[in-house]
Amino acid sequence: MDDYIIKVEHLVKKYGDLVAVNDISFTVAPGEIFGFLGPNGAGKTTTINVLCTLTRPTSGRATIAGLDVVRQQSQVRRLIGLVFQDPSLDERLSGLQNMRFHAMVYGMLVRVREERIEQLLKMVELWDKRHNQVRTYSGGMKRRLELARGLLHHPGVLFLDEPTLGLDPQTRNRIWEYILELRRGEGTTIFLTTHYMEEADKADRIAIIDYGRLVAIDTPARLKAMVGKDIISVKTENNAKAAEEIRLRYQLEVRRDGDGLTFEVANGEEFLPAFIREFGTRILNVSLHRPSLNDVFLKLTGREIRPEEVTDVFKEMVRQHGRRMRH
Amino acid sequence: MNHLLGTYTIWYRDVLRFWHDRMRLIGSVTFPLLFLFVFGSGLSGRMGALGPGIDFTKFMFPGIIGMTVLMTSFTAGVSVVWDREFGFLKEVLVAPVSRAAVAIGKTLGSATIALLQGTVILLFAPLIGISLSPLTSLALLALMFLLALAMGSFGILLATRIHSMEAFQVTMQMLMFPMVFLSGAFFPLQGLPSWMDILVKINPATYGIAPIRQVMLGITPLGSSGISLLGYSLSLWHNVAIMAGFGAVMILLGIWSFRYQQ
Repeated sequence: MDDYIIKVEHLVKKYGDLVAVNDISFTVAPGEIFGFLGPNGAGKTTTINVLCTLTRPTSGRATIAGLDVVRQQSQVRRLIGLVFQDPSLDERLSGLQNMRFHAMVYGMLVRVREERIEQLLKMVELWDKRHNQVRTYSGGMKRRLELARGLLHHPGVLFLDEPTLGLDPQTRNRIWEYILELRRGEGTTIFLTTHYMEEADKADRIAIIDYGRLVAIDTPARLKAMVGKDIISVKTENNAKAAEEIRLRYQLEVRRDGDGLTFEVANGEEFLPAFIREFGTRILNVSLHRPSLNDVFLKLTGREIRPEEVTDVFKEMVRQHGRRMRH
Repeated sequence: MNHLLGTYTIWYRDVLRFWHDRMRLIGSVTFPLLFLFVFGSGLSGRMGALGPGIDFTKFMFPGIIGMTVLMTSFTAGVSVVWDREFGFLKEVLVAPVSRAAVAIGKTLGSATIALLQGTVILLFAPLIGISLSPLTSLALLALMFLLALAMGSFGILLATRIHSMEAFQVTMQMLMFPMVFLSGAFFPLQGLPSWMDILVKINPATYGIAPIRQVMLGITPLGSSGISLLGYSLSLWHNVAIMAGFGAVMILLGIWSFRYQQ
């Protein structure tokens, strides 16, 4: 018995000169929540597209439950569910009709289908709105409908491509409740991509991807342990003097960071009170930062997953939305 | 079995969407009727009879039906472009349904909608003095469906190749109007200038519209609506065969083209 359900070996995908995915290999265990973390354009969606048979790899191999994603496309498709980054609903049909369409193309039996649709629509709290056309739904409702639809045919593996992108925190939490519930109830393997750190934190294991390459793959806890210590940022009246003092008094390495200083200590919560009491330079502002996946990303790639990128995505969404509205 | 269900589902969705949008039916029928009554009434007196008991309005009527079926089925391919734009195409492409089932389902959807619209126009036949027996009506529906299938699959083929909505619309117009105007929908095919005669005969729509007229008006293929190709007069069945052949090639290309959708 294999201890993995997804296996990717030396996967490469090129678009002309652009190498979107550059020789990545990993496995995902059955029932695992596996997170793909990286900035936009890192190759997350391309990898998902290869795994769900929408894109052919340039080289390398990927299997789902032992089925090759290139040569056994239709078997793979039957096995997987998808929630795309961009909406993929028929806005002119009702929520119920969208669900039925899905059930029909997946060849579900009518009796099973109606029962399952009711159960899922109730779970995502859209049962009351099932007869309304999807174009009248809010963004959060649409995403919930997509999630329900992705689960309809009992997929063994559910791919979630930025499942909560552009949603408000409340809806985001709700969707996460469903995801966790699903894993508990049906043992579904979940493969998700995200560039939200809090979201990646909920995964069992995380692969960090940057410029098409895997830079790390491990549990969130162990990845954070890699960064190691807690980070203290401090702003003082005289940063140069303060840096000198930290170096001499605590034998710590200090980095300049904007108009402040940062340094790492093993146990920030205990360190901080004493530090504030005895420090010679006047402190204007101090903060303690426990390592997050953002720090892991920073450490591994030398860059942050910056908020601007999120804003760009938002702009892009607004732009696309506007374009659609014009038709 | 699974392919059939897939095809049926794809078809059913298109028809369902159309049904949600019934106003479209009324809107799209107004234009051809306007065409018929304005041109028919305006020109009938001057043109005189185009055959025994056939004035210009009667002559034009089957042409108008052909035009409606052609335009509707051909432009229905826009649903593929639309689905791509709205992301729904992904839902279809990632489903365990073969690409062939998708292409055929889409073509049938286009053809069904076009047939419905053509039928609505056909209901006006008694109003302009054309009486149709049940058998003739059935034959007409079959011919209309054939034209719709052929043109529908042509539209789907283009839609799988052209990804932007704007480019698709421009291409459609560029191809559709010449096909309509050079199909003999509005004028007899005899005595045309030779350059036009060549274009008319290259135009696949010609072979779809001529039999509709022949059957509806009960005229022989050798008369004013007949087509002679390289000095050979085409029978009704020749026309049907040409249309079916064109449709088959388009569907095959459409299936092939859907395979390479990403």
